[in-house]
Amino acid sequence: MPSLILRRFGFAAFTIGFVSIVMFAAVEALPGNVCTSFLQRFAQGPRLERCIEQQGLERPALVRYGDWVAGAVQGDFGYSLKKRKPINELIRERFRNTALLGGLAALLAIPFAIFFGIAAGVRRDRPLDLSLSGAAMLAMTIPEFVTATALIYVFAIVLQWFPAVTIVSPGAGFMQMLPNIVLPVLVLSAVLVAHIMRMMRASVIDVMASDYVHMARLKGVPERQIIWKHVVPNAMIPALNVIALTIAWLLAGVVVVEKVFNYPGLGTLMIQAIFDRDLPLVQAIALIFSVIYVGVNLAADLAALALDPRLRRKGH
Amino acid sequence: MLNLLATIASKPSGALGLGLTLFHLALAVLAPWIAPFDPTAQNADAILLAPDATHLMGTDTLGRDVFSRVVYGGRLAIAVTFTAAVIATLWGGFAGIFFGTVGGRVDEYSMRIVDAFLSMPWLLFLLLIISIGGAGPLTIIPTLGFFYGVAVLRVVRGAAMQVAARDFVTAAKARGEALWPILSREMFPNLSDILLVEGAMRWSWMLLAFSSLSFLGFGATPPTPDWGLMVAQERGLLSTAPWGVFWPCAALSSLIIGINLLADAVGKALGLDRATAVAV
Repeated sequence: MPSLILRRFGFAAFTIGFVSIVMFAAVEALPGNVCTSFLQRFAQGPRLERCIEQQGLERPALVRYGDWVAGAVQGDFGYSLKKRKPINELIRERFRNTALLGGLAALLAIPFAIFFGIAAGVRRDRPLDLSLSGAAMLAMTIPEFVTATALIYVFAIVLQWFPAVTIVSPGAGFMQMLPNIVLPVLVLSAVLVAHIMRMMRASVIDVMASDYVHMARLKGVPERQIIWKHVVPNAMIPALNVIALTIAWLLAGVVVVEKVFNYPGLGTLMIQAIFDRDLPLVQAIALIFSVIYVGVNLAADLAALALDPRLRRKGH
Repeated sequence: MLNLLATIASKPSGALGLGLTLFHLALAVLAPWIAPFDPTAQNADAILLAPDATHLMGTDTLGRDVFSRVVYGGRLAIAVTFTAAVIATLWGGFAGIFFGTVGGRVDEYSMRIVDAFLSMPWLLFLLLIISIGGAGPLTIIPTLGFFYGVAVLRVVRGAAMQVAARDFVTAAKARGEALWPILSREMFPNLSDILLVEGAMRWSWMLLAFSSLSFLGFGATPPTPDWGLMVAQERGLLSTAPWGVFWPCAALSSLIIGINLLADAVGKALGLDRATAVAV
């Protein structure tokens, strides 16, 4: 058991290490360096020298990679080229805002998704299932910016219940954020609900076809009890991993949704940084998102391990 | 092939998917003959006109005909994502069949790397690569092709492992056949169905990805008519001129839904159930 947990941690560490190497190498492969790419035609003379000195580019690549990783572990991501500030100062509040958005979306989506998934799976191919599955298909295939635009049109322009874009002063409290955050949260959770629901449904259908459910039926256990005692707990475990995988969609969706609503989060900061060719900032945000993603997957793996004794047996 | 199409079209969702996909492909190919105006021609006297008989879907902020732009708007997205989908299916399919057949250490270690790639949020990586290599199709096609190919690899490898365990493959190995004939004559014919469905499914996700990138400003460049870009440009006037946003949204969504339904129907017609497959 402890060795299994260690292996999961090992894989998470391996993934983060791998991702950070790929990200660093991708920037290294650039013709020129981050300074010439940022300064473009002004990349000469004292400006270039100052930039190279500030970014420490005169050191060999391996040393810079080591410093970058060591700094990131301590929350120090270096200097932004455009904003001329330490990156951790720039991202602190943005990070909080994005975490608020993603966290609320997940909190809203997961219970609904599980419930809809069970309902659809139990009533497979009946009208309820067909309409839920159809709605999920739409939510998954329609791009987030289209859903968001539709919601803005209905709720911000026609009904005028919520603002169309986020207008808050930096350092705004939770209550000030609240009306601004409703529509972005709804858009994000629609996609999440769809993905998790589909998996939960498939998982429920799978378990419903198993021998122990047949056995319980033959014994005369009431259907309601079969569903809540036998089907749901067993269907939850495979769904758990998908919930974690769906976080990838959530993270990607966050960037688009933040842009649509002009929400002051990490996503909009990253897009701005790309337009500014501020590569150290882009790298830092990409790394943060990757670490969150790997961390969530690790948590799901560990939770599945705790819930399912079969996974703890050797050779699984 | 005709049989397959007939099976697909016999169900309402399959018929809808096939119809929508063919409709959009025809629209993209025939755009020069369908569009009444030049999609990039600006007209200072016809700014933000509401839909009427001349401008069926109205005009945009620069006086361009929205209908013509919508008709042209799928061309770039379809070309880019179709190319990327073919690349993804070819390399992911080949590598998946290879690792599923060979198995053992090679397979085990490679899958660790594949899993690591799958644990990267793809859009962020795409954005990182765009910030290095610049926006545009030449950066986006190989990147989409590579990343979605990793997901194809994972799915095909799983299916290939099951095929590799069957008697005719064991027999071919016992006959002393070399690796390549086994891959091409024993494995591939039994996995081509999965490749077809995977490719179609990935294509619809790539369309979503590409149009999102266009919306963010990293895909198509102005003045190219492109649905994602059109929404980004016109959404500031959503309250006064919603037609400039509505029609590209409708066109884009209907194409993605169409391909998705089609891929699902092809899968069901070939006896593959994608409902239990993890969306990677």
